[in-house]
Parts: sequence; C-alpha cells; structure tokens
Amino acid sequence: MTTSSTSPKTGTASEATPTTGRGWFFGLGDQWNSLPRPQQWAWLVPVVVLIYALPLLNPPLLTTEPGTNFPLALFDVARFALIAIGLNVVVGQAGLLDLGYVGFFAIGSYVAALLTSPDSVLWHIPYLWTLPLAMAVTMVFGLILGAPTLRLRGDYLAIVTLGFGEIVRLLATIVEPLKGQVGFQSVGHPPGTNSEGNAIFAVSNGTPWYWLCVTITIIVLFLVGNLERSRVGRAWVAIREDEDAAEIMGVATIRFKLWAFVIGAAIGGLSGALFAGQIGFVNNQKFDVPTSVLFLAAVVLGGSGNKVGVILGAFVVSYIPNRFVELAAYKYLIFGVALIVLMIFRPQGLLGARQRLLAYGRQAYLRIVGKPEQLSSDSSLKGEGDRIS
Amino acid sequence: MPVISTIVLAQGPDWIQFDVEAFVSQFWSNTIDGLAYGSIYALVAMGYTMVYGVLQLINFAHSEVFIVGAYAVFFVLSALGFGPSAPNLSVAALVGDLVLAMLVAMLVSGLVAVALERVAYRPLRRRNAPRLAFLITAIGASFAIQYALFAWRGANPEPAVIMFRPKPVFEIFGATIDSQQLVIFGAAIVLMIITDMFVNRTRLGRGLRAVAQDPDTATLMGVNKERVIVLTFLIGGILAGAAALFYVMKVPAGVQFNGGFILGIKAFAAAVLGGIGNIRGALLGGLLLGVIGNYGQTLLGNAQWTDVVAFVVLVGILMIRPTGILGESLGRARV
Repeated sequence: MTTSSTSPKTGTASEATPTTGRGWFFGLGDQWNSLPRPQQWAWLVPVVVLIYALPLLNPPLLTTEPGTNFPLALFDVARFALIAIGLNVVVGQAGLLDLGYVGFFAIGSYVAALLTSPDSVLWHIPYLWTLPLAMAVTMVFGLILGAPTLRLRGDYLAIVTLGFGEIVRLLATIVEPLKGQVGFQSVGHPPGTNSEGNAIFAVSNGTPWYWLCVTITIIVLFLVGNLERSRVGRAWVAIREDEDAAEIMGVATIRFKLWAFVIGAAIGGLSGALFAGQIGFVNNQKFDVPTSVLFLAAVVLGGSGNKVGVILGAFVVSYIPNRFVELAAYKYLIFGVALIVLMIFRPQGLLGARQRLLAYGRQAYLRIVGKPEQLSSDSSLKGEGDRIS
Repeated sequence: MPVISTIVLAQGPDWIQFDVEAFVSQFWSNTIDGLAYGSIYALVAMGYTMVYGVLQLINFAHSEVFIVGAYAVFFVLSALGFGPSAPNLSVAALVGDLVLAMLVAMLVSGLVAVALERVAYRPLRRRNAPRLAFLITAIGASFAIQYALFAWRGANPEPAVIMFRPKPVFEIFGATIDSQQLVIFGAAIVLMIITDMFVNRTRLGRGLRAVAQDPDTATLMGVNKERVIVLTFLIGGILAGAAALFYVMKVPAGVQFNGGFILGIKAFAAAVLGGIGNIRGALLGGLLLGVIGNYGQTLLGNAQWTDVVAFVVLVGILMIRPTGILGESLGRARV
C-alpha cells in the first residue's frame, strides 16, 4: 500500500496488514496486470469455458449434490456474483454503505412478477423484456432514495437504506395488489422448449438459468469495468478517498455518488428479475434485511473495490450454505462475526482492491522505466478518508 | 414504455384509504398511547444519540443491546413466576419485582454495550480505521448478536409475560389514561432527567461533553477519552435495558431475536428527528415519533404503517432539516 503511509498516524497501521503492498494473492495480481492484453485473454478463455461447463462436469469435491442440486447451487452463486458486482459499485467503488440493497433486488423481482405472472392483473410482456424494465424501475427508485440522502453524511445513507430495505418488504405485505405472503405464482421465463415440449428454463433445471446468469454477469462485468476505467470511475475513487478534496478539485460529488447508487440499484433490480424468473414464485418473504447484510458480507469478505474479490466473496457466501447444509441455519451468525473479524484483521477483504488509476499512464510509465511499478492498492476500507477519532 | 406506478395507483383506492373519522375520534387516546410508545423510543434513542455525539458513529448494534435487555427481563420475570396471565401481587411486591427485572436488564444491556465497544469498536479506533469500517463492524455486530440469540432461542417469540393489568386512572378529553401508560411515561421522563443532569452537572458528564466537543483537546486537558467512551456505551446500554422493561410491559409477547431491529430504526429516526447528539432532542424526537406513528396507523388503517410512517419521517427530516428539531449538540458547540 503505497498511498497511505504518508500520514504519521497510519504509518504503523499499514504495517500491520502485510501483502497489500504486493497486491492480492501474494503478487499474483501484479503479475496478471503486467501481462499484455492478448495473453490475459488467452488465460481467460479457458477459465470462462470451465465456468460454463461446471454444471455439466459436476466435479466430485465441489459438488453440493446430496444436499442441494448442483446446477441450482451454481445459479445461486452466479446470482450472488451479479449482486456483489452491483453492490461493489456502491460500496467498493464509491464508498457508500448501502444496507438496503435487497430493496432494489425485491423491486426487480416484483417488476418481473407483476408483468409476467398470471396472478397479476397488469398486462403481460415476455419475460426477457422485464429484465431491462426492472433495471429502469429500480434506477428510478435509486434516484428517489439517493437524491435526498446522498447530500448528507454517509452514515445517514446507511440507516436510510436499511429502513428502505425493510419498508419495501412491509409495503409488499400491506399493499394489496402486491399480494403479500400469497405472492405471485408461475413467474415467466425465457421462451424455448426441449424436443419433448418441456420448457428449457424450467424452475427445477438450474443449468440454462446458470448459463443465462453467467452471460449477463460477464456483460455487466465488462460494462462496470469500463465504467471504472472511465472518468466516472476515477470520480468515484476520488470521492471514496476524500470527498472534500474531490469536491474542491471539481468533481461533482453528489452527481457521481447518485450515479454509483443508481447503477448499483439497476444491477440489483436485474438480479432480482433473474431470481424471480428462476424461482418462478415471488412473495414478501425472501427480501428481509438479513439478506441485504449477506450481500454486503459477500462484497466485504471478498474485498470491496475488487471485482474478482467480490465474485470470490459471493461464491463463499452463497456456496458454503449450500455445500455444508448443516451450517445453513447459522449463516447469518457466521457472516456477521466474519464482518467484525474481517474489519479488525483484514479490512481490505480476502483479495484487496486494486485501483488502476491512470491505466494508460501506467503503461507509458512501464515503457519509460522498463520495470513493473508499485501500484496503489487500496479500497474503501483501507483509504485515508474521514475517520472516527 | 408503460409506467408501472400509475397502473398500481389507478386501481389504488382499495389499498390506501384515509380513515379520517377514526383519526378524529381516537385522536386523544392515540396521543396518549403514542407518548407511552414514544418514551420507549426516546430511551433507546438516547443510546444512539450519545454514542453518535461522542464518536460520530451510528451504533447499529444498539437495537441488539436493547433486545438482550428484553430477554433479561423475560428471564427474570419468568423466574419470579410471571406468565401469560397477570399475577396476583400486592403493589409493593409487584414494584419490587419490576425494579429487580429492570436492574438486571440494565446490568445485562450495559455489559453487552461495553463488551461490544471492547471487542468490536476499540480495535478499529486503535487502528484508526475509516468510517466505513466502523459502520460495517456495527452492522456485523448487530447480526452476530441477533443470530446468536436466534441460535439459542429459535425463531419464535418467547411466551408473553404480563406484568399487570392496566387500570384506568383518569380521563383527559374523553381518553382514558391507564396505569401502564402512566408508569412508562413517568419512569422514562425520570430516567431522562437523571441522564440529562448527569451529563450537564457532574464531573464525568463534563468530561463526556468535552470529548464530544473536541476529543484531542479534551485528552490534553486530562480527560481520559477511553474511559469516557466506555461510559457513553454503558449509559446507552443502561437506558436501553430500562427501555426493554417498558417494551415488555407494553408488548408482552415481543421478546424475539429480531424484535429490536425495527424499534432500533425507529429510535434512530427519533434521534435524528430531535437532533442527533442532543439528549433533550432524543426525548422530544422519541415522543413525537411515537405520536406521529400512532396517528399514521389509525389514519391508514393498518398497524404496520407505523413503521413506514417512521421511515418517511426520517427521510423527510433529512431532506428538510438534517440537524433535527433542536440541532445536534452533545458538546454544545459542535459543527
């Protein structure tokens, strides 16, 4: 960590957390980033193929089979990965604590259910159209929630979003057209049938859902990655590191914070719509705040600000309860404790974040100096920011 | 592109209606009951507000400090023979039992709050961690306690413990004030006054205000900052323990592992409403929120609207006057 030892106060603190200076995974990340783009692709393609092939391979040690259907468990992982990528934009990139992410997830689910389920009185549209629509609707809600609160200190956002997550669930209970606990049966699914006439995207068949979710996740990963490397991404990092300084340097902080919040919300809505389609049933029971904290745990555990990290975190959070079914009842307890322990001993998560500020400048620097340079690697949890004294 | 919200609203009138008649006829009884609820919110809000005043930290786990106190009340009263029906006790014996339950709850909640500070927050302060780390720790601690209770006691609420049957005492504007409301309101006010006097009149309270105003200068002036922080958590915990007794009195079957969560959000909303970091503001905000929540519930015709109303009040106050009604100040001149 090259950026944070400037302050005498934190000089000793940064020594307490080793390996950050070398990036994540004991320097593997640095090696990876120093590879040229085509070589990175050459490595990535087999990995992606392997990821797609997982439900067919059903590898013996990795499988969750006796307890949970493996393709469905994999869909769960992919869904969590998508959620974690979305929440990472808010928490990891912009440093805003969103505790009501499940609210956006719920809104996305309800959009899909209201527009495809036969239980809904609204007119119906094909399922795949609900995905962009769910994103649009959640963006509006993100705007409504973010606009008043993002002007204030970050802590207010945390509690307001926490309340928001709960209110969405309560409204689903009290507002009659949303059908409360009864919910919506047979939510739509993408078209297509097998030769014997059964739907390909059946509720019990996880594999096509997993492939759909992985494909969407990869697309989102690209878009978010590009966003991070753009002016918007740099603005987010600037806000996260020091909001006042960013404001003074001409970053429109409220606008960019709102962008992060709204984009995060949209991805949450997208994953909600996917979830509704796979489960085929939406009611008010699945959108409680503990789920929201589980999402947060996925981001923080893996390493907020690091896309690979949060996917790893999502894998841990969703895979472990499926693989070790006896632990499932205690997952909130385990991940709650994990959050405390992590904040004390390894605040940057399993894989610390790497910010490639000035990606092109870095390459130029490489060419001039002719050696791999030390990049600043930090995250919203290791930054300088304002502190509690 | 169709707009969803208009569709839902177009067929809306059957799910949202304003029951003005009930609102008018129950106005005074709602006000009085709201004040009783509000006293409970206010006591919990004190914990949020004091920790925020000293550390600028939202202690999310405070709602769990409160619910642990409620468990303590439940166990003490169960051991003393209270159950689903009101016991036949003399007034002196009843008061003795309740005071005992309250003291145990205060002790337990206070200890949990201090332990929380030791285990979760102090290592972060030592490391000079960013604000986000504190918030994540707080939420982690909240869930760890909640689900530890869940693992211990299960998902179902504990059986009800009725302390006494509320008896009507006197009437105002046609609304009856019963003994239960009177006890809750009176005791909460007394506890508030004691806390306010402690913070404003005593030596330790002066230290607390000094740290809230300027931690570094206060340390230079010989105030032991760590001790002040522990004291703040302790007082917050003790008040939450007291609130737990009144909560069980008001909602006898409300002792449940996640029972503190919504109440915590409401109490925080109360603290913000009155001006976070401001002790008298917490009282004012709590009472106001209790009353407003009750009005909203009658007006909209469903008990669950109380929670929605509390949240809307929170967002509304943040938009209009984020410093709250009385302004934020524990150390008085805080910017």
